[in-house]
Amino acid sequence: MAPVSTIVRIPTVLRPAVGGDATVAVGGSTVGEVLTLLTNMFPGLQGQIIDDEGKLHRFLNVYVNDDDVRYIGGLEAPVSDGDDITLLPAVAGGAA
Amino acid sequence: MLTLTASQRDRVVATCLRALPEEGCGLLLGSADGVVAEIVPSENVAHSARIYEIDPRLLLKTFRRADDLGLEVIGVFHSHTHSAAYPSPTDVNQAPDPNWHYVLVSLATIPTEVQSYRIIEGVVTLEECVVVSAS
Repeated sequence: MAPVSTIVRIPTVLRPAVGGDATVAVGGSTVGEVLTLLTNMFPGLQGQIIDDEGKLHRFLNVYVNDDDVRYIGGLEAPVSDGDDITLLPAVAGGAA
Repeated sequence: MLTLTASQRDRVVATCLRALPEEGCGLLLGSADGVVAEIVPSENVAHSARIYEIDPRLLLKTFRRADDLGLEVIGVFHSHTHSAAYPSPTDVNQAPDPNWHYVLVSLATIPTEVQSYRIIEGVVTLEECVVVSAS
């Protein structure tokens, strides 16, 4: 199988960790593989995307194209060549 | 400084009132100079009177629309139903972007209090929130 290449869109707040780029091309056939490779490429992302337990960071939204990965299999969700992964920090807070 | 029209401010407050007893929330679309172009109300997907979370699908859609319109997502608003219009420790810890404007609406007082803050590296600063008459 030909290597898969995915465009990962990096949110403003994480761009300093990837040298300022808005997008990074990464290989991998699942969301988990792509995000692990991305973190290996840019160690500054350690703990920002995948938490210490190997789960998706609670306050990061990850989308494959238009789909929130939480609804399509999480880190196991498959990624095809040309897919677009967008990372956006969750916008949350409150009086609690 | 954040600049919004009176009708945009009213929309922010109306969104928060409609969400009661839960916290209300939404995004601010605008330009980098802090001028709001559009209020984007969101469902509070946390469905709580003490926490809020913007609908993740709306978040993606709004970022894409901002790109299409040549605008930016410049901030977020949410209400505190029983406490002051000041960022809580939760708000500060979870502030997603140092460039954003954080608008707090307190429904604990009459009249409703609306304030805007910057939250940069955990430091909260009140900023001027200018309300202009609709253009």
